[in-house]
Amino acid sequence: MLSKNFGRFTTLTAVAVSVFGAQFAAVAQQVTLTGAGATFPQPLYERYIREMRKAHPDIRVNYQAIGSGGGIKQTIAGTVDFGASDAAMTDSQMSQVKGGVLLIPTAGGPVSVSYNLPVKGLKLSNRALSGIFLGKITTWNDPLIVQDNKGLNLPNTAIKPVVRADGSGTAFIFTNHVSAISPEFKSAVGGSTEPKWSSGFLKGKGNPGVSALVKQTPGAIGFMEYSFALKNGLNSAAVQNGSGRYVAPSLKAANQALADVQFPANFRAFDINSSQGYPIVGLTWLLIPRSQKTPAKAQAIKTMVRWMLTSGQQLNDDLGYTSIPSGVAARAIEAVESGVK
Amino acid sequence: MSSPQHLSAPVPTESILGRRNRPPKNDLADRLFRYLMYAASGISAAILFLMVWTILKQSFPAVQKFGLGFFVSQEWNVTDSKFGALPLIYGTMGSSLISLILAVPIGLAVALVTSEDLLPQRLRTVIAFTIELIAAIPSVIFGLWGFYSFIPLLLPFQQFLHAKLGFIPWFGKEPTGSGLMTAGILLGIMILPTMAAVSREVLLVVPTYLRTGSMALGATRWETIFRVVLPKAFSGILGGVMLALGRALGETMAVTMVIGNAENISSSLFEPANSIPAILATKFAEADGMHSSALTYLVLILFAITLAVNVGAIGLVRLVERSGKS
Repeated sequence: MLSKNFGRFTTLTAVAVSVFGAQFAAVAQQVTLTGAGATFPQPLYERYIREMRKAHPDIRVNYQAIGSGGGIKQTIAGTVDFGASDAAMTDSQMSQVKGGVLLIPTAGGPVSVSYNLPVKGLKLSNRALSGIFLGKITTWNDPLIVQDNKGLNLPNTAIKPVVRADGSGTAFIFTNHVSAISPEFKSAVGGSTEPKWSSGFLKGKGNPGVSALVKQTPGAIGFMEYSFALKNGLNSAAVQNGSGRYVAPSLKAANQALADVQFPANFRAFDINSSQGYPIVGLTWLLIPRSQKTPAKAQAIKTMVRWMLTSGQQLNDDLGYTSIPSGVAARAIEAVESGVK
Repeated sequence: MSSPQHLSAPVPTESILGRRNRPPKNDLADRLFRYLMYAASGISAAILFLMVWTILKQSFPAVQKFGLGFFVSQEWNVTDSKFGALPLIYGTMGSSLISLILAVPIGLAVALVTSEDLLPQRLRTVIAFTIELIAAIPSVIFGLWGFYSFIPLLLPFQQFLHAKLGFIPWFGKEPTGSGLMTAGILLGIMILPTMAAVSREVLLVVPTYLRTGSMALGATRWETIFRVVLPKAFSGILGGVMLALGRALGETMAVTMVIGNAENISSSLFEPANSIPAILATKFAEADGMHSSALTYLVLILFAITLAVNVGAIGLVRLVERSGKS
């Protein structure tokens, strides 16, 4: 009896030692990377992190979606190992990061101009688009809108533009596009995460807030990440690209536009008004401080970027994001390999 | 009100507890407990002062830069770092005022119906309980309900007002759904239970001899209510109004979801507006530098408004009580 109990006790101890021992061993090797920033790529990054653990079980990544502005702030403050943002850091922001920072594009997405009217296939010329968001075109049957939409039955009701209430990477992408096509918009509203909108515009918090407001408000029109328009079943307008052709938002059209974009050495591609595909396409970047806290973290960051820009890119299409052209991805991997310590 | 003497007579503890009736001894436990109480109340006060200190410190750059001009400027321009509080003060006060216009008469009516014996006791309990249940609903639920269910209900009514009474500036713009009026009405529903519950408690403690006396002099029930009961309960009801107003001024989540979040002053109540708590909720997380300081300046203003409301209420109650005595 006693010996039997004793036997069980020793077995248990052995099991416990082996289990905990293995865990301690794993902890000793594991590197944890903490990142924070943009909400737009959150679903994609979460998937990246899950899939990457299969290939690199020794790297653990925590990503907090606190918004692009927050991602930039945390990167400057040095509280995270990497940040993320849909609005590229400005030169002055980049100079505030100790040891410098690399902007690495990971994905993109079309920003749709979606509306709440019972008509499909609305076309908005550059003049109509900028006029609406300047607050100058105020009814749906304005001649500037009607002339491109001869077949559509446009009502004599008010246009209710919906914009972002919070500082936003999506607003940055959209206003930079409209600034590129309209000098008047550029001086009155400007391309910014916090543009100077006309005071009477409805405002929603985040992409979910804007898409919900458009869905709820007859006659509304707003810009949002295309996936939110799809989720809410909203109609989206075709807009003019750089060659004057009308293109409706789609992943394919956005990929065409990205293939056309010239990425400079710092990967900060702006004023996207492509003559190929859909012209309002945003990129989202990882913000990677050049000097990491430990060599192990630097190595883990390199492994993560390499994985995201090679194997990870295969996931982009599935989740509704554009991928980074492979030539640009190779350059970005090289920049991180040589630039991060 | 002095309590009747016989109620405060000492209860014979010995017979109940079966113990000696010991005189209170000023021993260690007693002292310790007293210090604990001092500490607890001290900490509560300290937290308030800590908050005020932090807010003052953080808002200082904006206070220095914009000064009193902050109160009259209408711009909220992050790009050029120009900020003004007027549209936000307007939105906060406007939505709260609409909510009071709605909640005070209805809340008072509910309180009267549930405190007088017009209805059978059972029905009164059910009504009072149902209204008070509204207070238990989290404000985010109010916001979601307001946005997805209430606005579609309200919109046709607003469109009707605009079509029929559009010549009045208040209804002069085509309604959007989200806007100052919508936020005010939603707030009115949210503060209704506070208003009703406090007024009911106050009406219930109006002494019976006042009612019977009034009736004995030949007053009808409604004369009694309006000339005797309500005036007697006035200061308590005013307290209820102030509690309700306090909730309306500070409500964040529900207002953010239905007010339209536009820093906008319009003669039309249908137009989108913005309130101080709402702009804090939407903008603070991403704000930095002067923007963040200007937002903290708004917190200071909200503090001041709330303080003014409370001080004003106390003053009004004193004034009424004094004029009642003379």
